[in-house]
Amino acid sequence: MTAPIIEGADLVQTLGEGAGQVDALKGVNLALSGGELTLLMGPSGSGKTTLLSVLGCMLTPTKGTVRILGHATTGVRPEGLAELRRRHVGFIFQSYHLFPTLTALENVLLVLDVRGERSAEAVAKARTALITVGLAHKLDSFPRELSGGEQQRVAIARAIVGNASAVLADEPTAALDSENGVAIMKVMVEIAKDPGRAVLVVTHDPRILPFANRIVHIEDGRIVNEERPQAKIA
Amino acid sequence: MVSQALRVIAGAFNGVQAPSRDTAPKGKARPPRRLLPLVFVLASRNLFHDRVRLIATVVGIVFSIILVTVQMGLYLSFSRMVTTMIDHAQADLWIVPRGTKCFEDPSLLDERERFRALAVAGVAEAAPLVIGFAEWRLPHGGATPVFVIGSDKEKPGLQPWNIVAGSIDQLATPDAVAVDESYFGRLGVSRLGDIAEMRRRKARVAVITKGIRSFTTTPYVFTTFDRARGYIGIANNKATYFLVRVTPGSDIETVRRQIADKVKDSEVLTEAEFRERSRAFWLFGTGAGAALFAGALLGIIVGTVIVAQTLYSSTKDHLNEFATLRAIGSSSVYIVKVILWQALLSAIIGFLIAAGIGLLVVKFTADTALPVLMTPGLMAGLFALTLVMCAISAISAILEVMRIDPAMVFTR
Repeated sequence: MTAPIIEGADLVQTLGEGAGQVDALKGVNLALSGGELTLLMGPSGSGKTTLLSVLGCMLTPTKGTVRILGHATTGVRPEGLAELRRRHVGFIFQSYHLFPTLTALENVLLVLDVRGERSAEAVAKARTALITVGLAHKLDSFPRELSGGEQQRVAIARAIVGNASAVLADEPTAALDSENGVAIMKVMVEIAKDPGRAVLVVTHDPRILPFANRIVHIEDGRIVNEERPQAKIA
Repeated sequence: MVSQALRVIAGAFNGVQAPSRDTAPKGKARPPRRLLPLVFVLASRNLFHDRVRLIATVVGIVFSIILVTVQMGLYLSFSRMVTTMIDHAQADLWIVPRGTKCFEDPSLLDERERFRALAVAGVAEAAPLVIGFAEWRLPHGGATPVFVIGSDKEKPGLQPWNIVAGSIDQLATPDAVAVDESYFGRLGVSRLGDIAEMRRRKARVAVITKGIRSFTTTPYVFTTFDRARGYIGIANNKATYFLVRVTPGSDIETVRRQIADKVKDSEVLTEAEFRERSRAFWLFGTGAGAALFAGALLGIIVGTVIVAQTLYSSTKDHLNEFATLRAIGSSSVYIVKVILWQALLSAIIGFLIAAGIGLLVVKFTADTALPVLMTPGLMAGLFALTLVMCAISAISAILEVMRIDPAMVFTR
């Protein structure tokens, strides 16, 4: 068995202060392997997004350790965490979070730009990523000129253009209609076929269950169940 | 109109197209364009995207810089005007009454001091110069104070310049005086040959100058040394200054020391020292310079606050984008660059407009009593000041983005 891309062990995450303090994660263990599309499901407030933030190096866990490609993030300062995200993690957000004043191509290129890649090769990579998600004809379109599904495709291209080892998606289909949701998940499945890349999708959209290799259920900050159905749609 | 101007400026950045709702036809790919650094593209597009805010920022910068330009231009002009007589005098050294604060200080020296100075080796000439106030009686009645300057043409001294009618030689003719055309109204004269009186002595306009203005608003009247003493009413053995010329090859500092040893009741100043002393008195001894500096400082503060406020609110509006940048792994430096580029672009646009208006102010005040001056050095200084002001203004915005939690992208 190959080593996990991201591994969280005994993760505890306490949020808030004083009387408002809550334990969003209560000792979570989760490892994401390459070539696998994992769904993280659970009710609102169960800790899904917190776990995604911790695994994606956006939050430092109160207790426990996160390893990305074997590198522990414990004690790493915010700039170091940013570098880990820059090098290894691609994010997809429910509301896309595209830059409204940049074109689709520039939005994707931005990920490479923050890594210092500013050559013609970088532009070619960004184009390729957009072509991969089916947006060859929308390279120079601004987000306001794109449909929700197209915007999410740009976000996916942005997540994969840097050859991220882990793609973490937060409710990527929640803002989309059924047809677009399915189309987006098909793209996600394609991305997850890369054995060097793990894909974690936080969702409570039952429509996308058939796309998963693995489904993890979380409730009240704890993983309560895990199943490995045979992915039906690929 | 301002919006259109900003749009033109936006277009001037090659490859940076200010997005608008009507540019970008749907589904049609635009031709590939040369890419500027993306951090610059992002900053400029964010800046030009919200034109109302950009206009507010630019207006703030423009007002601020114009205020500073006018104040500093006046300062520069004033600092030159207060030394204009010293600048136009032909002297290596000035023998001045002890404690003299400025050129216009009408204390007197005894003529014996001149002879003592002339006895010093290396002194070629020590020409007397007299200055003082007199009452100019207008040809058609009434009177006005004037500032009389008396110096002989044959010796190094202080003669009128910028002569537009008559000649220096004519000052040697009986009753001849030189006046500036800008004071014709005050003096009740309008042409060569017009007659007035000072201390019951006739004063005939024999020379007319242009642009010799007094910052005190009292008109200057040039004449010969002896005649000036008569107009002012001082004894024949008195003078205000002695203007020393050293012989070629003599060391000015050595000559100065030797004169100073002989003229105990006087001071011996180099031209630069006298200029500096006059400038210090008028600019700082009277508070005039401090007032001009205070005005300039106020302009800088107002500009900084306005730019800081608009940059901060712009940053707040784009917080989501900055959080996204942080989430995708951008460094703090990258984000700071975006904000600084916005600040610097605002500075450049604001400065260009302010400089244009400033030059108009310079043009329109050129013939006034106190023109606003603009030099390449002042222009460069103002540009640097604008950049620094906008960079400082960016601090609050930078501090705001430094506090961003990238995880906020999940909750928005």
